[in-house]
Amino acid sequence: MNAAYLQLQYIYQICNDCVILIAVPRNYDPVLHPFEVPREYTRALNATKLERVFAKPFLSSLDGHRDGVNCMAKHPKSLSTVLSGACDGEVKIWNLTKRQCIRTLQAHEGFVRGMCARFCGTSFFTVGDDKTVKQWKMESPEYGEEEEPIHTILGKTVYTGIDHHWKEAVFATCGHQVDIWDEQRTSPMCSLTWGFDSISSVKFNPIETYLLGSCASDRNIVLYDMRQSTPLKKVILKMRTNTLCWNPMEAFIFTAANEDYNLYTFDMRFLASPVMVHMDHVSAVLDVDYSPTGKEFVSASFDKSIRIFPVDKGHSREIYYTKRMQHVITVKWTSDNKYVLCGSDEMNIRLWKANASEKLGVLAPREKAAMNYNQKLKEKFQYHPQIKRIARHRHLPKSIFCQVKEQRIMKEARRRKLQNQHENLQ
Amino acid sequence: SHLKLVGRQEELAAARAARLDLLLPEEPGFLEADPGEDTCTVSQGDIAAAVDIASAAKHFELRLEQFGPYRLDYTRPGRHLLLGGRRGHVAALDWQTKTLMCEINVMETVTDVAWLHAETMFAVAQRRWLYVYDNQGVELNCLKRFPGVLRMQFLPYHFLLATASETGFLQYLDVSVGKEVAATCTRGGRLAVMAQNPANAVVHLGHSNGTVTLWSPNVKEPLVRMLCHRGAIRALAVDRSGTYMATAGLDRKLQLFDLRTYRPLHALVLPQGAAHLDFSQRGLLAAACADVVQVRPSPSLPRKPYLCHRLPLPAHGLRFCPYEDVLGAGHGAGFTSLLVPGAGEANFDALENNPYRSRKQRQEWEVKALLEKIPAELITLDPTCLDRVDTASMEQKRQEKIQRLGFDPHAKAKFRPRRKAKGGSSAGSLLRRKRKVAHEEQRVRSFAKPTPFAKPAAFAPFAKPAPSAMPTAFA
Repeated sequence: MNAAYLQLQYIYQICNDCVILIAVPRNYDPVLHPFEVPREYTRALNATKLERVFAKPFLSSLDGHRDGVNCMAKHPKSLSTVLSGACDGEVKIWNLTKRQCIRTLQAHEGFVRGMCARFCGTSFFTVGDDKTVKQWKMESPEYGEEEEPIHTILGKTVYTGIDHHWKEAVFATCGHQVDIWDEQRTSPMCSLTWGFDSISSVKFNPIETYLLGSCASDRNIVLYDMRQSTPLKKVILKMRTNTLCWNPMEAFIFTAANEDYNLYTFDMRFLASPVMVHMDHVSAVLDVDYSPTGKEFVSASFDKSIRIFPVDKGHSREIYYTKRMQHVITVKWTSDNKYVLCGSDEMNIRLWKANASEKLGVLAPREKAAMNYNQKLKEKFQYHPQIKRIARHRHLPKSIFCQVKEQRIMKEARRRKLQNQHENLQ
Repeated sequence: SHLKLVGRQEELAAARAARLDLLLPEEPGFLEADPGEDTCTVSQGDIAAAVDIASAAKHFELRLEQFGPYRLDYTRPGRHLLLGGRRGHVAALDWQTKTLMCEINVMETVTDVAWLHAETMFAVAQRRWLYVYDNQGVELNCLKRFPGVLRMQFLPYHFLLATASETGFLQYLDVSVGKEVAATCTRGGRLAVMAQNPANAVVHLGHSNGTVTLWSPNVKEPLVRMLCHRGAIRALAVDRSGTYMATAGLDRKLQLFDLRTYRPLHALVLPQGAAHLDFSQRGLLAAACADVVQVRPSPSLPRKPYLCHRLPLPAHGLRFCPYEDVLGAGHGAGFTSLLVPGAGEANFDALENNPYRSRKQRQEWEVKALLEKIPAELITLDPTCLDRVDTASMEQKRQEKIQRLGFDPHAKAKFRPRRKAKGGSSAGSLLRRKRKVAHEEQRVRSFAKPTPFAKPAAFAPFAKPAPSAMPTAFA
C-alpha cells in the first residue's frame, strides 16, 4: 500500500458510493486552537466593521402625493399594502413590493386627520377637517364604478384622530372628546371626557382590547375603559404628548411621544413615573410605532430624522435621515418586523430597513450560519471600547449634531446648578 | 442572570467538544520494549523494519557534506521541509514524497532559515541582511533593516517574524504588510538562543549570563527575567501548551521550568550538555548533545532516554515534524530524519493545519488567516485577558463617576431596622435584625479591593503601552 492511497482517506470521503466530499476531520482539543480569545476578538472587530460597511437602510421613496403626508395605516392582513393620507384630503393605497400607488381617492376636503384599517382588512376609516368620518372598501372599485365611501358620518366638530378596536366592530374618534362608535350607528355609543381641552390622538390596546389611551392638549394622557364607559387614570406631563402607542407584546406598556423632545414609556399600573425616558431627539417627537416583537420602537420627529429605540434603553440604537427628508410627521413599523415606513412633510413616503445591515432575500444556510456567528461574536465583545466605539458610530447631519451638542451643554448646566443648590443647602 | 447563563452555556459547549474525542479516527504511536530491554537501545533500523513501508520511508538521510552544517524548519502542517546550510545551500522540499521545490545557493553565510505562514515563502537570515524567497527560489525581498540576524521565529497567528541579531536587537517583521512592527534593544549581548511560546506568542531569549528573558513587541523591557543556569544558556524550548520551558546551559544541566509560576520543576545532568532542544506535539523532549540525539518524555524527564541516536557529526538544528512521528536533525554532514513513535499529534484539525490540503484549500485558508490576523498589540503573557473584566479601569470609572456626581449612585444606604410594635424594637431584637444583614456589607467591601497583579496595558492603541509588572523569578 503506498503513501498516496493512505492519504486519500484524509482528502475524500465517499458517501453512498456516489457522492465524494472533501474530508474535514476535526479535533477540538484546545491545545490545537491557541489564541482563542484574541482570534474571536479580531473576528468580532471585523464583523462590527462590516456591519457598518453594509449599513445601507434606505430602500425607496414612494412618490405621488401632492401635499404633505399626514397619517398612515397598515393593512392588517397584507404585508405589502400601506395606506396614507395627505394634507389635501387625498388617500393613497400603495403596493410596497412594486413600490407603486395602486389606488387614489379624494377622501376629504382639507386635511386627512387620521385613518385606520378595520381588523378584518376589508375596509378602512378616515376622518378629516370637514368634520366627517368615512368608511371605504379596501378593494378597488370595479370598472365603471365611482369611488364612494360605504358609509359617511357627519359630525358637529372636527375629528382629529381615529382608531379601530382590534376585535369588535367598534371604533373610537377623538376631537372635542373621545367618542366610541358602533359601526352600524350614526351617533356615538358613548362619549368620554376628562378635562376641557381637545384631544389629539386615541389608540386602542391590542391585547387588553377594551382599553384606550388618549393624548390631550392640556398635557395629559388619559386611559379609558370601554366596558365601564369611564376614564380610568390620568398622567400629566410637562409638555403635550403628540401620540402614544401600545406595546403589542406587553399589555400594560405604552410609549408616549412628547413635545419636549423625549419619549416616555409608561407602565399603565404605575403612572406616577415612567419606566424609561428615551432621550435623543433634538426636536418635538411627532409619532411613535412599536415593532411587532415589542422590543423596539421607531419615532418620527420634527428634526427631520427617525430614530429606533430599544424599549429598555434610554438612547436610540439607530438614526435614519436623508437630505431630502423634511419634518417627519408619521412613522410605521411593518408587521414582518423588517421595514420602517415614514411619511414626511415633503410629500414622500420612505421605506427603510429596520435592521440597517441586514441582507434581504433568501439566505443560503452557510450565509445564515455565518451571520448568526458574527451576531453572537458582536454580542460577546460588545463592551470592549474599540468595538463599542465602532458599533455606536453614526454620522449625524450637521444641524442635528450641533443641536445635540448644544443640548448636552444645557443639560450639564442644569445638572450642575442643581448639584450646587444641593451642596449649598447641606 | 445573563452572566450565569452564558457561563453555563460555555461549560456545556466545552463538555460536548470533549465528548467528541471519541470520534477521533487515529491513535498516537508508541514504542514498547520487551521486558528486560530498554527502549533507548532500540535503533532506527529496528524501528524502520518493524513499521509499515510508508512509515519506514519517513526515515532517511541526506548526505550533504559540502555546504556546511544544516539548520532546518518544517511548515506548520508538517508537509514541507526547509534546509539551510552554513555555506549558502538552501533547499525546500516536500519530504514525504521527496519532491524538491527549490534548491539554491545564496552565496553567503546562512545563519538560520524559517518558513513564513505557508509553504509559498521562506526567510533566510544571511550574513549581512534578511532575505525572503519564494518557494521556487526567487528572491522576493532583501530587508536591509534586519542586519546580522542569528535566529528567527515565526509567530503564525500574528504573521510576525521575530528575529534576534548578533548586536542584541530583537526585531519583529509583519510579513502580511511588510512593515517592521517593533525593534527592541535587548541589551543582552549576542542573541544566539531563541524560542517562542506557541500559546501566547511571547519570545524567549537566552543570554550568556544564564538568564532567560521574555519579550513582547509592545514593551521595551522584558516581561519576565529568569535566572536559569550558572553559565550561559545553550538551548531553549517551550512546549506546545505553554506550560513548560526546557533550558540547557553551559553548566551541563537540563532544567524544566513551569511557566505559570516561573519555578524549576526538574533538573537533569547531561555529561556533554545539550546544544539543541525541541518539544514534540505530544510532549517528548529531544536534546542534541554533540552528535547524540536523546528523546525523553516530559515533564517526568527520566535519566534513561526513551530513544537515542548517534548522528555522523554534531547537530546544528533539531525539529520535530508536526503531526508525524518524525524528528529532523540537521548536522555537519547533512540531514537525518529519525522515527520517534508517539511524538506527533495523531489527529489534526483540518481547519487549522491540514497536511493533505490542496492548493485551493491552502488559498482559502490563507485568506481566512489573514482576516483573523491578531494585531501585535494583543501579545501579552496571558492570552485570555481580553475575556476578563478589567477591574482596575472599572474601579477608576466608578471613582470618576462619584467625583462627577458628588455621591455614589450604587452605594447602598446603611441598614436601619424599622420600628416595630409590641417589643419588637427592643435592643436585642434590633441587634438580631442587624446581624442578619451584616454579611452583605462585608461582601460589597471585598469586591472593591484592587487586584494584586497589575495587568499589562493589554489593548489601548491610543495610549502608550506602560511597562508592565515584571515579576523576576530566580531558579
